[in-house]
Amino acid sequence: MLALRIFRRVDAFLTLNRISKSFAGVQALDDVSLVVKPGEAHCLVGENGSGKSTLIKIIAGVVVPDQGEIIINNKRFDCLQPMDAIREGIQVIYQDFSLFPNLTVAENIALNYELSRNVKVVRWGQVRKIAQAAVDKIGVQLPLDAEVESISVADKQLVAICRALVQNARLIIMDEATTALTEKEIRALFRVIRNVQQEGVAVLFVSHKLNEVLEIADKVMIIRNGKVVVDTDVALLDRSKLTYYMTGRQIEEADYDYQPTDARPLLEVRRLSSRGNFDDISFALHRGEILGITGLLGSGRTELALALFGMLPVDAGEILIDGQPVQISDVQSAIRHGIGYVPEDRLTEGLFLDQSIGRNIVIRIIDTLTHRGGLLSVEKFRQQVRRWVDQLSIKTQNPDLPVKSLSGGNQQRVVLAKWLASKPRILILNGPTVGVDVGSKMELHEIIKDLARQGFGILVISDDIPELLHLCSRILLMRRGRLAGAFNRPEITEGELTARLTEATAIASAH
Amino acid sequence: MLKKILSRQETLVGITLLGLCLLIGFINPVFWTPGNWFDLARSATVTGIFAIGVLIVLISGGIDVSFTAIAVFSMYTTTVVMKNIGFEGGMFAFFLMSAVIGGLLGLINAFFIARFRLPTLIVTLGTQSLFRGFLLFVIGSKIIRDLPPGMAAYSGAFLFTVTDDRGITVGLHSAVLFLVAVAVLAQIILRYTMLGRSIYALGGSREAAERAGFNIPRTQVFIYAFVGLLAGLAGMIYGGLNRQANAQDIVGQELDVIAATVLGGASIAGGRGSVIGTLLGVMLVTVLSNSLILMGIPSTWQRVVIGAIIIIGTAVPTIRTLRSSRRANVEIEPVPVEQRA
Amino acid sequence: MSAPEVSYKPAPRIQFVVDGNLLRLLIACVAIFVVMSLLRPNVFPTVENFLSMGSQFPEIGILAIAIMITMLTGGIDLSVVSTANLAGVLAAMVIRALIPADAPEGQVVVGLAIAIAVAFVTGALAGLFNGLLVAYVNLTPILATLGTMTLYTGLTVAMTRGNAVFAENRLTFIGTSNVLGVIPIPLVIFVVVVAIFAVILNRTPFGLKLYMIGSNVKAARFSGINVRQVLLMTYVLSGVLSAVVAIIFLGRNNSAKWDFAPSYVLQAIVVAVLAGVNPNGGSGRIAGIVLAILALQFVSTGMNMLLFTISGGQFFKEFAWGALLLIIMVANAYSEQRRLAPKRKLREESGATSSESEVTQ
Repeated sequence: MLALRIFRRVDAFLTLNRISKSFAGVQALDDVSLVVKPGEAHCLVGENGSGKSTLIKIIAGVVVPDQGEIIINNKRFDCLQPMDAIREGIQVIYQDFSLFPNLTVAENIALNYELSRNVKVVRWGQVRKIAQAAVDKIGVQLPLDAEVESISVADKQLVAICRALVQNARLIIMDEATTALTEKEIRALFRVIRNVQQEGVAVLFVSHKLNEVLEIADKVMIIRNGKVVVDTDVALLDRSKLTYYMTGRQIEEADYDYQPTDARPLLEVRRLSSRGNFDDISFALHRGEILGITGLLGSGRTELALALFGMLPVDAGEILIDGQPVQISDVQSAIRHGIGYVPEDRLTEGLFLDQSIGRNIVIRIIDTLTHRGGLLSVEKFRQQVRRWVDQLSIKTQNPDLPVKSLSGGNQQRVVLAKWLASKPRILILNGPTVGVDVGSKMELHEIIKDLARQGFGILVISDDIPELLHLCSRILLMRRGRLAGAFNRPEITEGELTARLTEATAIASAH
Repeated sequence: MLKKILSRQETLVGITLLGLCLLIGFINPVFWTPGNWFDLARSATVTGIFAIGVLIVLISGGIDVSFTAIAVFSMYTTTVVMKNIGFEGGMFAFFLMSAVIGGLLGLINAFFIARFRLPTLIVTLGTQSLFRGFLLFVIGSKIIRDLPPGMAAYSGAFLFTVTDDRGITVGLHSAVLFLVAVAVLAQIILRYTMLGRSIYALGGSREAAERAGFNIPRTQVFIYAFVGLLAGLAGMIYGGLNRQANAQDIVGQELDVIAATVLGGASIAGGRGSVIGTLLGVMLVTVLSNSLILMGIPSTWQRVVIGAIIIIGTAVPTIRTLRSSRRANVEIEPVPVEQRA
Repeated sequence: MSAPEVSYKPAPRIQFVVDGNLLRLLIACVAIFVVMSLLRPNVFPTVENFLSMGSQFPEIGILAIAIMITMLTGGIDLSVVSTANLAGVLAAMVIRALIPADAPEGQVVVGLAIAIAVAFVTGALAGLFNGLLVAYVNLTPILATLGTMTLYTGLTVAMTRGNAVFAENRLTFIGTSNVLGVIPIPLVIFVVVVAIFAVILNRTPFGLKLYMIGSNVKAARFSGINVRQVLLMTYVLSGVLSAVVAIIFLGRNNSAKWDFAPSYVLQAIVVAVLAGVNPNGGSGRIAGIVLAILALQFVSTGMNMLLFTISGGQFFKEFAWGALLLIIMVANAYSEQRRLAPKRKLREESGATSSESEVTQ
């Protein structure tokens, strides 16, 4: 472990010296030091629970450190408040963007600026001007009069960036900025970041996506268990070194070896169409097979999954399970046919955060955990919970604790457990390892492969090309509601698949 | 652009209002007489001022059910005080005192809501009881019919009068000016001041507002003090118009006022609503309540009709939203792609 | 293995705090009882008084349970009293129609049975309509039940032209007789309702689904819970409970009218909130309701005893209810702040970005 002693650096914008912070006995940050120079792209990399969120909050003034000093613009702050950080030019773009959905794009961009200048009267012409200037500065198009609620996720992010720039940001902190973006939008974002750097604005980029880190960063700081592992130039790092530093171990992942056991498909989809969502989709899924579906946001892949799960109506085409045509008109019928769905956004769609881990696990099958009279059987309840906590290695001391006390990886396991408990035949996993640290990701992949070996048919929808290549024997590419390609695993490489995806980008953007 | 205007709740309410007026007027042309319209204006004034206060609270994401209690408290207390000191002066002083008392009571609401971050519905349920109980127990519960001269004269304070050929005189009461003034003031605050925008921001996303550095407690203090002030004013108008101070009156109308405001486009969840929409909503409800008799519907059915309107009025926008969510999530490619492996 | 689990030590603390609210209530209950007994030792802690109190609070208590179950799902039922009045009026009308003054016992019994059935059906239908509006039309519960509250009251007014309907003393035994010679019938009914709902909420799949829907309705749908059905059932149950209250009303007042007890809605909400039911849904316990209603009843009766010589005593009660609600909420807020502070930061650590169960706006 490197013990860094940093003295006041006059040319640095932000200096953190030996920051420590603990919460309720847990040491979140231990002796962390960081220097960010103007115009620098500094990446902060770490697993969930590593302390990076706390570090950001300390820089933003939302959390006060127990020890250490914060120096911004050569000014030392003993008790940094959010307003101070904002005035010094620190802007945080949170994962949820922190926008006002009921206000227009123009207002969202200009509002905070006006606020910080203590403006009392609102001049709408002025608001528009400020917004337009910011939008022009980064060279994008945004509908200034639209309500933010109605625009796309990528546009929302651009609004957040514009807002940051309007306030004369000198340091923009982006927390997992690319999670909701398509390939094309990520390119655009990186372009914007580089533009912004040229204006002398520093960017602190928090990410766990290793290839992005390698691409965008000037310097990379890796944090683990609250301590700095390494803080160095990106040129000195590569993928495997990054993984090693992040997890503390070498990780090699083996691809899933699919051996077809049954020629008859478990799930077959024929010319499936849903108006406004997708058109003419056909594919087959076999027992023990992991089939991947990828595509840009807006390709209809999530909509396809939702339709298979009964949440979106289907207008044409057939779905066959074990050769029998089935009608999936609602979630209940999808479940009856043995289909389970692990949604994209586990926090809002998959989990009941305030409820206990146990309840989250059994809720799907709760109707079966009863005595003969219809009353709940505490024994059966506990039995199920114990079973799944063990089987999926969910790390918790007490399943009565609320599920929000778990880390991302463990939360994802709880969602998986919920579905496995109901013994489905087909599992649709949408973004199964989004927001999960590298170590947990590997473990989740093992679990998925294991399930396939047991004979489940699994559909994985993902943006993560390496993930798809590790897990799937076949990968389908969707573009704007249609199937744009299908690739067999042995025949395609990471480079090729990425190229196809980007080509899809090019073709899609040409429309 | 036109489509956008047409699809807004406010437009819908406006059209409904127009249609309703035409319908009632057709059934009973008495509807169109100046007398009826002056009557409507009178009825709408107090409700309208209440509703604008409710609007501001709703936009901020909260709910206030104590305003009627504040109104009657302020009105009654002012009357009692003025009687006791033998005040002979004009109505202006009454309004001032009532508004100030209302504002102070609103500050009590603000205290609980801003300082402890308690849920607004529950807090104001509590303060409603608190204020009303205190009023009736400590200050008095008798109906005061013998008003101080300044207040007693108020019910005759018309802006202008119209006498028809039968010699019957009707007038537009000056109280309606208050409604206009309050509406204009609210519109200016909400649309053209940072304070107003902070109310929208708070209703849109409290967390974002905090992170942006908005002073939320200060905004909330303004909101609830202002509502209290408006309530005090409206209560006094009510007392003056009715020529009596009845401490057991006014309370009970809260939900109807809230319903009118929501009908006009304000969202219970917060972040949305406009002054014009609120005024339209109030007019709609007022026209309805006052005109059932004109339409020959017995007053015993009045509540049924209003209840039905509330349900329909709030169901329609909800159904419209449901329908539009079956919009296209994906822009489907027109021509199938060549490549299939 | 990978990053260390945020080791969540205070497992016992969580348990304590979940019951902490109940504990506070229990202490408040006992304290009020003791104080009142000391202040009025001759009247308060007497069997007579217990019986009297025992026949008063069940009405609000049962309404509070109705409000509670709808609150658990994140909604609310403001129409409970209107439904009760409607059901009561209809039942009274049936009694008048089917049971003439000189009717033989058999006819009386049948007549009463039908009347009670009519009340229940009315309550269920009223609740069904509420449920349809909330679950199928997707109206906000506040607005939907506000509308139906007005509607049902309106129907009652229209049917009775605003007058009271008398039950000809057929049901007065509910208000006057006692089971086993001591326990007032309303109290027995209350206990039965509490028992039934304690089982429903804690021991049935339906009950668990209620809590989950209140916690996160989106996740509930994604988990295959038939949200519509559960919500519908919840409001139907609320309506049925209102009907139960209607029968008790009829028993104690021998009549039904459209404007009975409008303040009971507020009081029932106060009881629910006092009991620790989260207005946003997802948590709340029957035990809390029992303690809350007892506490409030003690306060109410105590107030009456202390102030019965003072005119306007009932107004002071209104003041006291409001003050009590605010005091309890502030106390809850203080303990929430203490409990949440460490937990909130741990949550930040684990990267979860949800809305806390902390009650705001």
